Order: sequence, then C-alpha cells, then structure tokens
Amino acid sequence: MHIAEGFLPPAHAVAWGIASAPFVVHGVRSLTREVREHPESTLLLGASGAFTFVLSALKLPSVTGSCSHPTGTGLGAILFRPPIMAVLGTITLLFQALLLAHGGLTTLGANVFSMAIVGPWAGYAVYKLLRRYDVPLMVAVFFGAFVADLSTYCVTSVQLALAFPDPSSGFLGALGKFGAIFAVTQIPLAVSEGLLTVLVMRLLVQSSKGELTRLGVLLAKKQSRSETEAVAR
Amino acid sequence: MSKNTKINILLLLVVAALAVLPLALGLGDHKEEPFTGADGEAETAITEIEPDYEPWFSPLYEPPSGEIESALFSLQAALGAGVLAYYFGLHRGRRQGEQRAREQEAERVPGGTAGEPPADED
Repeated sequence: MHIAEGFLPPAHAVAWGIASAPFVVHGVRSLTREVREHPESTLLLGASGAFTFVLSALKLPSVTGSCSHPTGTGLGAILFRPPIMAVLGTITLLFQALLLAHGGLTTLGANVFSMAIVGPWAGYAVYKLLRRYDVPLMVAVFFGAFVADLSTYCVTSVQLALAFPDPSSGFLGALGKFGAIFAVTQIPLAVSEGLLTVLVMRLLVQSSKGELTRLGVLLAKKQSRSETEAVAR
Repeated sequence: MSKNTKINILLLLVVAALAVLPLALGLGDHKEEPFTGADGEAETAITEIEPDYEPWFSPLYEPPSGEIESALFSLQAALGAGVLAYYFGLHRGRRQGEQRAREQEAERVPGGTAGEPPADED
C-alpha cells in the first residue's frame, strides 16, 4: 500500500497531507492524554506499535503471484481506539519512508490516510458492531483486523485511480487495475493478519486481563470470567 | 501441552500455510518476475496508464543495495518483535512472581487459601 516517493501528483500529495494532518494531531493529543492518565498503559501502547512494526515489515507471497504485507493496525485500534493508531501508523510509515525508501515523504499523507486512518477506523467500526451483537470477542477481533488490513489497500487503490484515471476507461477502469494489484493480493494476507491479531489478543487475555478490562475489551465481572476462562482452558 | 497452547500453535501454522501455499502451488509462474512487491507493480501500472509520468521527488536516502534494504527491513521486524517479546515476558514473570508470593503467603498462614484452587491466574 506504499505509494512510492514522487508517485502522486503534487496537488494530490498536498490534498492527502491536509486530509491526514488533523487525524494525526488529534491522535497525538489522545496518545499524550492516555500516557498521562494511565502511565501503566505505556507498555501495551509500545506493544501495539511494535505489532505494526513487525507486520508491516513482513512481505508475504499471495495468490496473485506477487508479494505484499499486512499492516498490523487492527490490534491497536481495537485496544486503544483508532486515533492512537494514526500516530503509531505514521511513525511506522516515517521509518519506512526515511530509512527504506519504501513509501515516501511526498506520499506520506496519502499513505497515512490509508494505513493509519481509514484502516484503523474501518476495523474498529466492524469490531464494535460485531461486539454489539454479542459476537464472541475473538471472532470480532479477527474481522476487525481483517477489515483494517483490506480497507487500507482498497483506499490505496482509490487514491491511485483518482490520480491516474485510465485514458479510455476512466476512474473506474483504473480502480479495477489498481484493485487487482492491491486488494486481491491482500485478501489472504488480511486473513493472516486477522489470525495473528487473534493470537496476540489471546496472549493478552492471558497476561493482561486487568489492562484489557480497563480498556473495555474484556467486560468486568462475571461475563469476563467466563470469557477468559474459555480462553484459558 | 494445554489446549490453549495448541490453538495458538494452530493459528501460527495456518498463517505459515497461507504464506507457503502460493509458493508451493507455483501461483507466480505466469509472471515474468514471480512474487515481486505489489507496490512495484502499482508503479508499473502507473507508467502504463500515463507513460509520461515522471516522479517529481526522489527518496532522501535509498538503501544502496538489496542486501542493505533487507537488513533494514529485518531491523524493523526485529525491533517490533523485541518489544513484543519484552512485553509478554515481563507479564509472564510478573504473574509467576505474584503466584509464588501467594503460595508463600498461604504457607505462612495455616488454614489460609492453600487448599483452594487459584481463583485468578493472572
């Protein structure tokens, strides 16, 4: 989903930068508030960022015969709400733009918008919706992470189709082209990301019950007891 | 091995299978260069749609070779994995320490909670 450096026309690059900036600023505020009010959550915040670091470095082969990577943003969005991931995702993208020539500074706004804003929000929305209908925690986590991953790549396809509409078939033609490259490749990887996020969430339920209850992922008292016991056995 | 551990290992195996299957089934064989990055393919698609497009900005720093690039990618993954391992190791140690403290407490106070099953395992 990394649009390479210089590969968006200046007007598009600036527009995506302007669109992303308020989310990142709001995210920095949420992050500092979270750390100030709950210093004990710093470690779990670090772990959420670390998860994004690992997953976005893993380039995996896919059914289309090309390679792509997961994003790892679903976990942090579910744990700490999406604004925090706007920051953690931006840090990851900056690291890759500056050290790996992967993505870029001129395309940072667009890449942040897909991976650090739309992905986390879409994944979080799906997770919340499923939880409201009493879908089991791990199923909701799986689909949350799956959607966070896949929607990121759909946004990238839209961004590129907007910037480079096909001369004959226009925006939709280009969307089909970029969608075939990104979105289709991403489906099995989104499944992998969902499974890995479930794995980490299971480990968290074992190790950090108190923290998850405070964050509202586990419900306090009886319900959480039966839920966590089901996982602990 | 507990059922819990088995499920976790199963999750990892499915992820590994999802990564290996495209390679094993030769799903990249129809391509000139199998298993290139989707990001690179998008760049090619852009130049197909707009042959005149010139990237107007180049990266400030570019890894001088594929080896250096993969080293930096490994560094990124290693940093993340290290922090995650620290987190889970720390919590496991804390849990064990707390349990040990509870057991010692129970030994010191006869008739205490020694006989009861541990109510909370964290």
